Amino acid sequence: MSNELEYMSRRVAAGKLNRRDFLGRAAALGVAATFANSLLASAAKAEGPVKGGILRAGMQGGAATDSLDPASWSSQVPYFFGRQWGEQLVQISPEGEPKPALAEEWGASDDAKTWTFKIRKGVQFHNGQEMTPADVVATIERHSDEKAKSGALGLMGGIASVKANGQDVVFELKEANADLPFLLDDYHLMIQPNGGKDKPDAGIGTGPYKVTVNEAGVRLGGEKFANYWRDDRGFADQIEIIVINDATARTSALQGGQVDIINRVEPKIVNLIKRVPGVVIRNVAGRGHYVFIAHCNTAPFDNNDLRLALKYALDREEMLDKILMGYGSLGNDTPINKAYPLFTEMEQRKFDPDKAAFHYKKSGHSGPVLLRTSDVAFPGAVDAAQLYQQSAAKAGITLDVKREPGDGYWSEVWNKQPFSASYWGGRPTQDQMYSTAYYSKADWNDTRFFREDFDKMLFQARSELDPAKRKAIYADMGQIVRDEGGVITPMFNDFIDATSAKVGGWVDDGNQEMMGGYALSKCWLNA
Amino acid sequence: MSSPILKLIAQRVALGLLLLLAVSVLIFAGTQILPGDVAQSILGQSATPQALANLREELGLNDPAIVRYFRWLGGILTGDLGTALSSRQDIATAIGGRLWNTLFLAFWAAIVSVPLAILLGLLAVRYRNGWIDKTISGLALASTSLPEFFVGYLLVYFFAVKWQIFPGISTVYDGMPFLERMKAIALPATALTLVVLAHMMRMTRAAILNVMQSAYIETAELKGLSPFDIIRKHAFPNAIAPIINVVMLNLAFLIVGVVVIEVIFVYPGMGQYLVDHVAKRDVPVVQAVGLIFAAVYIGLNIIADIAAIVANPRLRHPK
Amino acid sequence: MLDLKRIPVTAWIGLVLTAGFLICAIFAPWIAPYGKGEIVGDVWAPASGQFWLGTDNLGRDLLSRMIYGARTTIFIAVMATALSFSLGSILGLTAAVVGGWLDTGMSRFVDLLMAIPTLIFALVVLSVLPSTLVTLILVMGILDSTRVYRLSRAVAVDINVMDFVEAAKLRGEGKGWIIFREILPNALSPLVSELGLRFIYAVLFLSALSFLGLGVQPPDADWGGMVKENKDGIVFGIPAALIPAAAIAILAISVNLVADWVLNRTTDLKGGRGNG
Repeated sequence: MSNELEYMSRRVAAGKLNRRDFLGRAAALGVAATFANSLLASAAKAEGPVKGGILRAGMQGGAATDSLDPASWSSQVPYFFGRQWGEQLVQISPEGEPKPALAEEWGASDDAKTWTFKIRKGVQFHNGQEMTPADVVATIERHSDEKAKSGALGLMGGIASVKANGQDVVFELKEANADLPFLLDDYHLMIQPNGGKDKPDAGIGTGPYKVTVNEAGVRLGGEKFANYWRDDRGFADQIEIIVINDATARTSALQGGQVDIINRVEPKIVNLIKRVPGVVIRNVAGRGHYVFIAHCNTAPFDNNDLRLALKYALDREEMLDKILMGYGSLGNDTPINKAYPLFTEMEQRKFDPDKAAFHYKKSGHSGPVLLRTSDVAFPGAVDAAQLYQQSAAKAGITLDVKREPGDGYWSEVWNKQPFSASYWGGRPTQDQMYSTAYYSKADWNDTRFFREDFDKMLFQARSELDPAKRKAIYADMGQIVRDEGGVITPMFNDFIDATSAKVGGWVDDGNQEMMGGYALSKCWLNA
Repeated sequence: MSSPILKLIAQRVALGLLLLLAVSVLIFAGTQILPGDVAQSILGQSATPQALANLREELGLNDPAIVRYFRWLGGILTGDLGTALSSRQDIATAIGGRLWNTLFLAFWAAIVSVPLAILLGLLAVRYRNGWIDKTISGLALASTSLPEFFVGYLLVYFFAVKWQIFPGISTVYDGMPFLERMKAIALPATALTLVVLAHMMRMTRAAILNVMQSAYIETAELKGLSPFDIIRKHAFPNAIAPIINVVMLNLAFLIVGVVVIEVIFVYPGMGQYLVDHVAKRDVPVVQAVGLIFAAVYIGLNIIADIAAIVANPRLRHPK
Repeated sequence: MLDLKRIPVTAWIGLVLTAGFLICAIFAPWIAPYGKGEIVGDVWAPASGQFWLGTDNLGRDLLSRMIYGARTTIFIAVMATALSFSLGSILGLTAAVVGGWLDTGMSRFVDLLMAIPTLIFALVVLSVLPSTLVTLILVMGILDSTRVYRLSRAVAVDINVMDFVEAAKLRGEGKGWIIFREILPNALSPLVSELGLRFIYAVLFLSALSFLGLGVQPPDADWGGMVKENKDGIVFGIPAALIPAAAIAILAISVNLVADWVLNRTTDLKGGRGNG
C-alpha cells in the first residue's frame, strides 16, 4: 500500500497526477488526509523545486536611506535585494569555489597579471537590452571611479585597465593576484546597463527578479523576470522583503506566518524558537567574527606584553557560551578560521589568568584599561564587554567598560579610539581579509598594525600560484597576528537564519547570511 | 466675544510663525554641530581626501553657514525641501507618504484614547476613592509604566502569533484598502492608546477633583443636580485648562514620539524616517523632519493656549 | 497633626511599598546576595532557592541586580523629577502671576525647547557636554520641566483671575505671597498628579537614553535597561524581563497611591469638605 501511495505522490509532484485525485485515492486506501499531505510534501522536496507563489523575507539591516545604486550598498537589505535583481561575473558557491555567472569561463596568464573573462551570450537585462562586454567594462570603470563613491573602490585599486575584446573582457592588473575571480564576486559589482553610469539607482540588472516595489527601509519587492537565462533560480513568482529591524518582531512575523524567511535570529532565543512548530533554524558557520581591537601604536597597547595579557585574560569559551549560546566557534586572535581556503590550524589560545597576570606585570602597566563598546559594535557587545571585565578581573586586570552611543560609533569610536569592540564580516579569501584590515596602508587597519615583513609576505602570497607555498606563507602570517597583533578575537559567529517548514531548497552557505544572499532566488515554497 | 479672541488668535499665530523661524535657526545650527561630517558619512571610511573635497564642493558645504541657512530657508519658503543626500530622492515626496502614515496612526490612536481617557477620568471622579476609581487608576498606571516595547511585544505575542487575529507587521502602502489599513494599524494604535491613556485620565481626575471643592459645586449639589450632571456641567468646564494641556502633550507625542512602536510594528512613519537619516547624517532630511515636528508642537501649543482662554470666561474678558 | 489612623489602607500600601523600594536602594550592598556584575549561573535560569528571581541574560543574579537597579533608577528619577518640578512649576506660576512680557518670553522659549526633536536635542547636548550622570539628570530634568511649566502656567492662569486672588492683590500682597500662598495651594492637585506620572516617565526615559550613550554605564543598570537587556525572552515567557517591568509598574502605582493621598490631604488644607 505504502509503495503505491509513494509512487502516486511522486506522480503528483511531477505534475502527472492532480492533487485531488491523489487525496481521493489515498482516502480509498484508508490513509488519513494529514499523512497523505505530508507524503506529498516530502515527495515535492525529493522531486525538486515548486514554482509559483510569493516568497517573503523579514530582514534586519534596512533603512530609509537605502538606495538601489550598488555602489552605495553597505548594509544587509540593499545587498540582499541586489542579489535577487542583479548578477556579477563570478559567484562563489556554497563550498567557497568561484563559479561562472555572467562570465562563462576565465583564465589567467602565467604571471597572474592578465585575466581574461569570457562573457556569457544571450543574457538580457530587465529593460530588454542584451548584456554585452561593454556593459561589464563600464560597470568596472564606474566602481573604479572615485566619483561613484563605490564601496568596492578599494578592491578596484589593483586593476590597471579593463578592456572588451570581442566576447571577452580582459583585466590587466598592477600586481599579480591569484584571487581576482573572488574579488569579482563582490556584491557591489552587479553588472548594469552601461555600468549604471546613466542612472545608477535604476535597479535594472540581469537577475531572476525585476524590481517592482522599492520603498527604502520598508518594503522591497520583485517579480519573476520572464527572460531569465538560467533555470536553477527564481522559482517563486514574486518575492518580497519586509524590513524588520527589531529581533522579536522578526521572529514573531515568522511565527505568525507573515514572512517565510528571516535573518539574524538572536542566539539567545534559538533554543526557545526551535520548540515552535513550523519553524526551522538554519545556522551555518561563517567567517564573520567579533573582535576587541587594540591599537598597536598607542600607549599602553603599544606594549606586546600588555596585548598578550589582554589576550590571555579573555575567557573565550564562556563568551561563546553566553553571547552566542554556542552558535559559533572559538577565535584564536586572528581574523582567519577554517572556513577560509588554505587555512592552517594553530594552537588554541585559552583563558589563563596566571599567564595574563604574568604578562601584565611584565608590561609594567598599572591602573585600569578603558574598553569602549556599544550595542551596535556587534550583537551583545555590551554584554560581552562585561564578561571580559569579569574574566580580566580574575587576572588582576581592571577593565573599565564604557558604553558609547550607538549613533556615530563607527565614525567616532571604531578605528579612532585605541581599544574598542567591533565586528568583521569576513572576506572570501585570506588575502582580502588581511589586505583590508592588516596591511600597513589599509584605511581599515583598525589595529594600527604596521609590519613591513608582514606586508611583504602578503604580497608574496598574493602572487604565488602554488597553493602549498601560499598556505605556508599564510600560516606564518597567522602566527604573527596571533602572537603580536592588536586583534583579540573571542569568537566567530554562525549565521543564524530561520525559515518556515514550507521553505524548500535551502542549502547551507557560509559565505553570507541568508544562503550567501541567494535565499529568495534559490528557495521555493512547498504547498 | 469674537473680536478680542480673534485678535488673540492672530497674535498667537504670528508669534508661532516667528517661533518657527527661530526653531529653524536652532535646528540648522544643531545639525551643523552634530559630530560626523556629511561628506564623510556618505563616502564612508575609505574616502580619499580628494573625493571628500569634491563632494563637499558638490554639496555646497564650503559656503559659509549663513549663506547655506538662507539658501535652505528660501527653498522651504518656496516649498522645496531639497533632495536627500543618501538616496537622492526628493524630500517633500518621500516625507509626504510618511507624514500621512504618521498622522493616520496618530489620528486613530487619538480618536480612541482621548475620549476614553476623559470618560475614565470622569468615572473615577464620580466614584472617587471607591474600587472603580482605584481599579481604573491602577490599570492605567500599570499600562503606562510598562516600557512601550513591552506593551508592543505582548500585543504581538497574543494577537498576532497566538491567536492570529491581527497582523504583527503593520506595513501599509499606497492603494491599500481602508479596511486593510485599519486592520494593519489595530495593534500599534492599541499599544499607543495604552501608553498615553493614564496621563490624560489621571489629569482629568485631578483637575476635576481640584474644582470640586469650590463653593459653586456645593450650590449645584444643593440644587439637587445628579453627581454626573454636576461634574459634566459645572466641574469639567472649569477644569479644562490643565486637561487640554495634557491632551495636547499626548497628541504631540503620538505624532513625533512613536519611533519605538514604529520599529516594533514595522510601521512606515516619520519617527523611523528621522532616526535613519540622523544615523546617516543626511542633514537636509533631518532639518526638514525637525521643522515639521517643531511645527506640530508649536501648533498644538497655540491651540491649547487659545482653548484654555476660550474656556474661561474670566480670561475671555480681561479686566 | 498626622493622624496615623486616618491614613487610608491604599495609602498605607503605597507608603510601605515606596519605603521598601527606598530601603532596597539605600542599603543595596548589604541586602543583595550577589554582586551587581558577578556572573553566578546559567543564562536565564529559572527562579530557585539559590537565585530567588532566577538569572538574567548573562547569568547574573536577577534579585541582586534588581536591588542595585533600584538605587540608580530611583536616584536618577527622583533627581530629574525634582529638578523638572521645581524649575517648571515655579517658573510656570511666576509667569502666570506676573504676566506681560515675562510670561510671553518664557512661554515662547518653552515652546521653542519643546519644538526641537528630543533626538536632535540629546545628540547636540552630547556633542557639547560629557556623558555623565549630571548631564543625564540635567537633560531629563530640563526637557521635562517644559511640560511641567506649561501645565502649571495653564492652571495658575485660571486661578489668578479668581476672586480670592484678586482680593489678595487688592490687599497689597507681594508677588511671592500670591504665588506661594494663594495660587500654589490651589494648583497643587493637578501638579501632584503630574508629579506622580512625571516620575514614571523619568524611569522609562532613562532606559531610552541608553542608546545615545547617555544612560547608566554597565555593569550598573536601571530597571528599564534591565527590561531591555532581557527583552528577547519576553515572547517566550522568560520572566527575566517581566520582573523589572513589574517592579516599575509597582513603583508607579505605589508612588501614585501616595500622591493620591497627598492630593486628598491638600484639598483638606484648602478648607474644602474633607473627604478622607
